[in-house]
Amino acid sequence: MASTRIHIDEARLRRVKKQDRIATGVLAAIVAIVMLIVVSMVAYILFEGISTLFQPGFLTQPARANGTQGGVLYQLFDSFYLLLITLSISVPISLGGAVFLVEYAPDGPIRDIASTAIETLSSLPSIVVGMFGFLVFSVQLGWKYSIISGAVALTMFNIPILVRVIQQALEDVPQAQRDACLAMGLTRWEATLHILIPEAMPAIVTGIVLSAGRVFGEAAALLFTSGMSSPVRLNFLSFNLSSPTCAWNVFRPGESLAVHIYKIYGEGSPEAQQIVWGTAALLMICVLLFNVVARIVGKQLARRMTAE
Amino acid sequence: MAKQLPKRDLENVGLGVTGACVALVTLVVAALIFMVAQKGLSAFLKDGVSVVEFFTGTKWDLANTAENGLPYTGALPLIVTSFAVMVLSTLIALPIAIGSAIFAVEISPKFGSKVFQPLIELLTGIPSVVFGLVGFHVVVGLMKSVFHVSTGLGILPGAIVLAVMILPTMTTLSVDGLRAVPDSYRLGSLALGYTRWQTIWHVVLKSAMPSLMTAVILGMTRAFGETLAVRMVIGGIEAMPTSLLSPASTITTTLTTSMAVYAEGSAQDDVLWALGLLLMGMSLIFILIIHLIGRKGAKARG
Amino acid sequence: MLDQAYSRRQFLGLAGGLASFVGLGLVGCGGAGASNAADKGSAAAESVSGEVTYDGASSFQALVEAAAEKFMDANPDVSVSGSGNGSGKGLTAVAAGTVTIGNSDVFAETKLEADQVKNLVDHEVAVVGMGPVVSKNVKVDDLSLEQLKGIFSGQITNWKEVGGDDATIVVLNRKAGSGTRATFEAAVFGDEAVDFKGDAELDKSGDVQTQMASTDNAISYLDFSHFDDSKFNAIKVEGVEPKSANVTDDSFKIWATEHMYCAKDADDATKAFLEFMLSDDVQGKLVEEQGFIPVSAMKVVKDASGKVSAK
Repeated sequence: MASTRIHIDEARLRRVKKQDRIATGVLAAIVAIVMLIVVSMVAYILFEGISTLFQPGFLTQPARANGTQGGVLYQLFDSFYLLLITLSISVPISLGGAVFLVEYAPDGPIRDIASTAIETLSSLPSIVVGMFGFLVFSVQLGWKYSIISGAVALTMFNIPILVRVIQQALEDVPQAQRDACLAMGLTRWEATLHILIPEAMPAIVTGIVLSAGRVFGEAAALLFTSGMSSPVRLNFLSFNLSSPTCAWNVFRPGESLAVHIYKIYGEGSPEAQQIVWGTAALLMICVLLFNVVARIVGKQLARRMTAE
Repeated sequence: MAKQLPKRDLENVGLGVTGACVALVTLVVAALIFMVAQKGLSAFLKDGVSVVEFFTGTKWDLANTAENGLPYTGALPLIVTSFAVMVLSTLIALPIAIGSAIFAVEISPKFGSKVFQPLIELLTGIPSVVFGLVGFHVVVGLMKSVFHVSTGLGILPGAIVLAVMILPTMTTLSVDGLRAVPDSYRLGSLALGYTRWQTIWHVVLKSAMPSLMTAVILGMTRAFGETLAVRMVIGGIEAMPTSLLSPASTITTTLTTSMAVYAEGSAQDDVLWALGLLLMGMSLIFILIIHLIGRKGAKARG
Repeated sequence: MLDQAYSRRQFLGLAGGLASFVGLGLVGCGGAGASNAADKGSAAAESVSGEVTYDGASSFQALVEAAAEKFMDANPDVSVSGSGNGSGKGLTAVAAGTVTIGNSDVFAETKLEADQVKNLVDHEVAVVGMGPVVSKNVKVDDLSLEQLKGIFSGQITNWKEVGGDDATIVVLNRKAGSGTRATFEAAVFGDEAVDFKGDAELDKSGDVQTQMASTDNAISYLDFSHFDDSKFNAIKVEGVEPKSANVTDDSFKIWATEHMYCAKDADDATKAFLEFMLSDDVQGKLVEEQGFIPVSAMKVVKDASGKVSAK
């Protein structure tokens, strides 16, 4: 009786151990597949696009023939310009919003309503944000297809991400810091401005740069707001902000790199295909740079702060 | 006393400035919801499109008008395709996401945090048009050569592209969920003589269930709302899909191609806003589900 | 009283002069890097400035763009830009005022309400033929309008029914807003409503080129300027070759007039650009270079309802 029982246990033990080994093997295989997909995708895009990227003129010439010839200079500029305007609107608003939610908002209906609103905004498909932007900014406010219209749409898309990141960063500041500030007679506002935000700065900066990567690659919200074309000629030296050829004029149409890809991906000519892949590689490299920069800057800031 | 007053003012300034930011965001969201709802509902209230026809009709054709003077507005094919693409991509991504999360947390944590997670986050950063471009050239070509179909466009390639796109969201959130399970659970289970797999299966996964479900639903939300990557591989035919490899069109892809084609205020334009309203409604439902799961999870933990 | 009025006018004149002087100064400063272009501009009789934007038909966007290049060489202070998202989008956009020019393969009357059309001015800039194209592997090289009707309504589904190999026909359509599709369907179907959608609906003429090149047994339609013998074959219709010469006398039935619409109260830059489109610089040379037919070469005209009559 006793021996048989031990026997059964051993069989069971073997089975269980085998199960464990199989499971580990399957999981390892899944991870290997995932890594293979990621690496091969990045490699494929770089492989297809890198030769175009280093072609003379690709980064320094404007597009011709509706984007099927020439380079992507204006698209590259427009992408960064859109990003710059988007961040300069969304960062202050998100910072204020996050500070309010973490430091001021008493637990209660105001906080609930605000966080529900932000959560709703974050889950909305970007095409809906684009439609709203088209209706309100492009049509009703009469901004037509313009950089500013696109930037405001991107702001709506960016705010929930930023608020969450900054909120998290502020919440991670130890409560003792706050108590110490208040005990020394500082107001909440002073404590936030001089102690809490600097303390949370590394995380905030990392978050902003990471969100910049997402904004940089967004296209659906821009189709109907900043439009699908860039002026054929731009003058970077002109600061006459009402001139349609002035690169810095926010009321001119603009086209980001991502929109450019969507516009010409179906064009059949070999040259257009090269441009598409070159643009894709460029876009991906920019976004990856944002990732790397975010990490480095975050680390640098953190180190400098702890050294002090 | 004289010194205290400016301090109080300062506090009020701070409260005012930050409060204004929150108020602005809340107001914009409220305006957005209101406008989308108003434009969307006017299709039914003003133009007289039948709600039943919208949800059950199978003929979507805005360019032609039926006898009643309205365009054909049966959105069922679009709704079905949207759901098909979402469910299929989730089914593909789910085992891969949770499997790799388990590996990265339970089996090889060091490899997980040093190599695997940064790599997966890299995938998050790649813009959706780039996914679409790779899908258009690689996945569609693959469909053509494997299934011997004419165009290679349809729901299946759409779902495959989306699965890769939602993989990072689902994996990262699953990893966070698994990490949050206290080590004492694992140690207790191992001490009872369970193998690692048994511990994972019976203890870790069970207690991480609410966060895993949240991960899945957030992935589904993204899949449902994704637009351009799907547009590039799905074919764009607004008709009931007959197979996984027949060209189809989702709610979002129809919006990209038809929006701004029709004059503002026309029945066609309003019906498109009704689609937008449907998208918005779905994402609100997804949020609600996540909240319910969160509340349930909190209750279960006590 | 009179004296006062005079002085006011004088003042206005002075102010205007000052304003234009300041404006010139600004342009001068801004254009420092592009002095070459500015020199060319000053040679033009009268230089306009402003922003011209267009959207609409992808079929003749190349022509508009080529003309825009030349126009901007002469008028460096004008920016002409736009995209080709289909005739429907172009007409809606110009009616709504989101662009200043709407390009269309079809008359505005067919896409817009009558009260919207009232405020638009039509400019017929070129004529283009449109014809069916088939994949390289398809042996059929001539189809009758009746056969095209069968194929694009889903009645004929196999190439052997029209004299080809035994293979399923893959129908590549354009999106509903497309003017090329509207023109093609008007010629093939007349007034009949079509609700067959085919195997794919593509956004742009360029997309059709790409898909035709990579798909076997396919049929689609394109304007002549997008024909590309290396990728697909353009076929005869009712025995008539798809050539511009056959379009001018309406012996090739599928063709469209390319319209550029602007609002009645369009700004000077837009008007100047449209004038340029109709000038000899464009009509005499560029139109034919880009594969289009000048309106003046046509022996027949088509009205908004699609009726063709001798000129």
